[in-house]
Amino acid sequence: MNYFPDEVTEQVFDFVTSHKDRNAISLVCKSWYKIERYSRQRVFIGNCYAINPERLLRRFPCLKSLTLKGKPHFADFNLVPHEWGGFLQPWIEALARSHVGLEELRLKRMVVTDESLELLSRSFSNFKSLVLVSCEGFTTDGLASIAANCRHLRDLDLQENEIDDHRGQWLSCFPDTCTSLVTLNFACLEGETNLVALERLVARSPKLKSLKLNRAVPLDALARLVACAPQIVELGVGSYENDRESEQYLKLEAAIKKCTSLRSLSGFLEAAPHSLSAFHPICHNLTSLNLSYAAEIHSSHLIKLIQHCNKLQRLWILDSIGDKGLEVVASTCKELQELRVFPSDLVGGGNTAVTEDGLVAISAGCPKLHSILYFCQQMTNAALITVAKNCPNFIRFRLCILEPNKPDHVTSRPLDEGFGAIVRACKRLRRLSLSGLLTDQVFHYIGKYAHELEMLSIAFAGDTDKGMLYVLDGCKKMRKLEIRDSPFGDAALLADVSKYETMRSLWMSSCEVTLGGCKRIAQIAPWLNVEIINENDNNRMEQNGHEGRQEVDKLYLYRTVVGTRTDAPPFVWIL
Amino acid sequence: MTPEEELQSNVSVASSSPTSNCISRSTGGGLKEHNYLGLSDCSSVGSSTLSGLAEDDKATISLKATELTLGLPGSQSPPRDTELNLLSPAKLDEKPFFPLLPTKDEICSSSQKNIASGNKRGFSDTMDQFSEAKSSVYTEKNWMFPEAAAATQSVVKKEVPQNIPKGQSSTTNNSSSPPAAKAQIVGWPPVRSYRKNTLATACKNSDEVDGRPGSGALFVKVSMDGAPYLRKVDLRSYTNYGELSSALEKMFTTFTLGQCGGATGKDMLSETKLKDLLNGKEYVLTYEDKDGDWMLVGDVPWGMFIDVCKKLKIMKGSDAIGLAAAPRAMEKTKMRA
Repeated sequence: MNYFPDEVTEQVFDFVTSHKDRNAISLVCKSWYKIERYSRQRVFIGNCYAINPERLLRRFPCLKSLTLKGKPHFADFNLVPHEWGGFLQPWIEALARSHVGLEELRLKRMVVTDESLELLSRSFSNFKSLVLVSCEGFTTDGLASIAANCRHLRDLDLQENEIDDHRGQWLSCFPDTCTSLVTLNFACLEGETNLVALERLVARSPKLKSLKLNRAVPLDALARLVACAPQIVELGVGSYENDRESEQYLKLEAAIKKCTSLRSLSGFLEAAPHSLSAFHPICHNLTSLNLSYAAEIHSSHLIKLIQHCNKLQRLWILDSIGDKGLEVVASTCKELQELRVFPSDLVGGGNTAVTEDGLVAISAGCPKLHSILYFCQQMTNAALITVAKNCPNFIRFRLCILEPNKPDHVTSRPLDEGFGAIVRACKRLRRLSLSGLLTDQVFHYIGKYAHELEMLSIAFAGDTDKGMLYVLDGCKKMRKLEIRDSPFGDAALLADVSKYETMRSLWMSSCEVTLGGCKRIAQIAPWLNVEIINENDNNRMEQNGHEGRQEVDKLYLYRTVVGTRTDAPPFVWIL
Repeated sequence: MTPEEELQSNVSVASSSPTSNCISRSTGGGLKEHNYLGLSDCSSVGSSTLSGLAEDDKATISLKATELTLGLPGSQSPPRDTELNLLSPAKLDEKPFFPLLPTKDEICSSSQKNIASGNKRGFSDTMDQFSEAKSSVYTEKNWMFPEAAAATQSVVKKEVPQNIPKGQSSTTNNSSSPPAAKAQIVGWPPVRSYRKNTLATACKNSDEVDGRPGSGALFVKVSMDGAPYLRKVDLRSYTNYGELSSALEKMFTTFTLGQCGGATGKDMLSETKLKDLLNGKEYVLTYEDKDGDWMLVGDVPWGMFIDVCKKLKIMKGSDAIGLAAAPRAMEKTKMRA
């Protein structure tokens, strides 16, 4: 390859898009490292504290697209205090100072402020795409700056963020000259929406492919919007309380029929039971269906819709669909690749809507299934063994039995054998979430068979340190390990500290690691940030001399090349 | 042994019994409703609720029921334990512990209730409050569907320990455990807060859609011109304008409207009366509706009012003159229909 001029090598590298592959390329030789770094346009940073913006920019000066992830995954479940960190501001400031030609920013679990959004909107004249997932800290005023200042905005995609809705006029801040929108997703906004501004915006956006509305957009507005955007590919319906015979409903039905490109349907945040019938005509085209927020739609209506969706590849649904509903999915959706069944009754004590039977039915009926997230009340080893036999192609397998420590409900045995069968059969498994009653044995299986496993989530499982050791020892590709409420302690934590250099992060909460153990790791491994989150007892922890016995509530450690972060709040103690 | 200890020991017995598992299995798909309205409902139901229990537990229950705690309304320890599930099926037809609504006997008698446990909500975040409300609405809905009819045969779930020890089962091996057990474990089930909040809101709104008084509270802010802080009132705790205004009167002393509607107990205040108020008195009560418009309180039927009211404001009479009263209000309701 040394005989090729750099420009040619660069052209070859352009075909290599995956981050992993590009990282691998850069390690081959100095010359390739250099060529690669100047040609890299898309950078993915899985932990915003593993590196800082200055070093990022030094290495990749031509970057156009940046993906940043902030808080650890368990922050989604209120296990990480809001002020923990993950601030966007320093990144935007550094990027703005460097005059890099940023065009795309994708953030997950970061704290974003209106100030950051304003700065973003003013600093990058070619900025095109903003995707925010599970972020917080900003208001619709920040959105107004983006709308007003980003002349070439293509995507504004807000997924499940906590946004303070000032009920302002952010939609009317899009200038009349803005006609470039391809994605507009504001489903997570709680407040009123300026319908006139919205309709005008959609009418002047001929390239609009993805439109996801919030609950404040009523039926008649929806009908008009769909009528002026028949090219739509993804539609998120907002509020949908309608009368089947009403004129508005008929208008909507007519408009939907014209949407021949419609492939994805979601939303139904406020939906009356008969909502779905208007969409029956286009069901056979749908590849993605997300009805996981449609709490009021009864399973019979869901089933009526799904019966027509024979091309469905992705389905997100509530467990109210029931085992019977899942059987219909299994017999209809032969192309199904990803299924998520969410709990509709979050406080429990409700309907035993889906059981192991539903899962088995799906595994038997959908040969292409590779990703599943399944919340249920009960499970058996036999069912899991059957699922493993039916579906050896799982890449992601996440099972959440709602009651912690629940055993096989038929045999009362732990679910070790069931999960063991899954990891043994699914040789390409990359992500696994465990639940139910589990002993060290399941970890023995995981360590032995889950060669490709990159992310493992453990809750209320295991008996001794051996469990965690099996995993750390056996899973060579482990990147993210998150554990809660399990009896693993210092012995497991400290057994192989160098292992953590190969991983992105380790989370342990309500386990048995002690302050002494954590301090030891911090001593041995200065290239790790060892963070202890103790909202209550920080002062007491420092003064107490019995560190070996003092249990740490939450431990989060991650590799980093830039040392201790400086923006940690007082309750986060970095050792 | 104090009643509390007795309760706890019952708990541990329940946790270790594998047979309870089988029993609970039969209750799969059972209707679980629980009372969100607060402990006062529990104690008011009194002796009828104790009929299904073993003698020992009766004292425990009544003690628990009247105990003052910082708990979330509706979260209380169920006094039953596993053994009770073995009681004869005849028990199934008895009146359940905590009716969903105090007056709706016909709904309650055909189903048994699931009782939340745990008085402390140290771990739960605010949204669990809404989740509980949601679950009661959700199960109530299911009561209407045929397949739920079979569930009326089911047995109420067992009690749950208040503190969940690390790594141990929070309940007996029951397929549908009482709500608050889960509410007490932070971050479990692992569902994003956004999802929890959204489903909770959907539940609240579904109450309004159906027009039934939901079991959840409906808090709206009340502000008053010149008052230093806002108050909040639960609109669902009143049944007519008179009650609302007398409650507000207590909160904000120089308040006008109550003098008009309260005495006669009328449901709807007439336009002329309001005009009198505007002319004669200092303050009037106004509300912001779903569309963001400020309207005079009293024009529409009470049920409709609580559907649309988002905020309350006690305005100076002189400021409120610009608000068109009855005609606009009725016009809006016509549009909405």
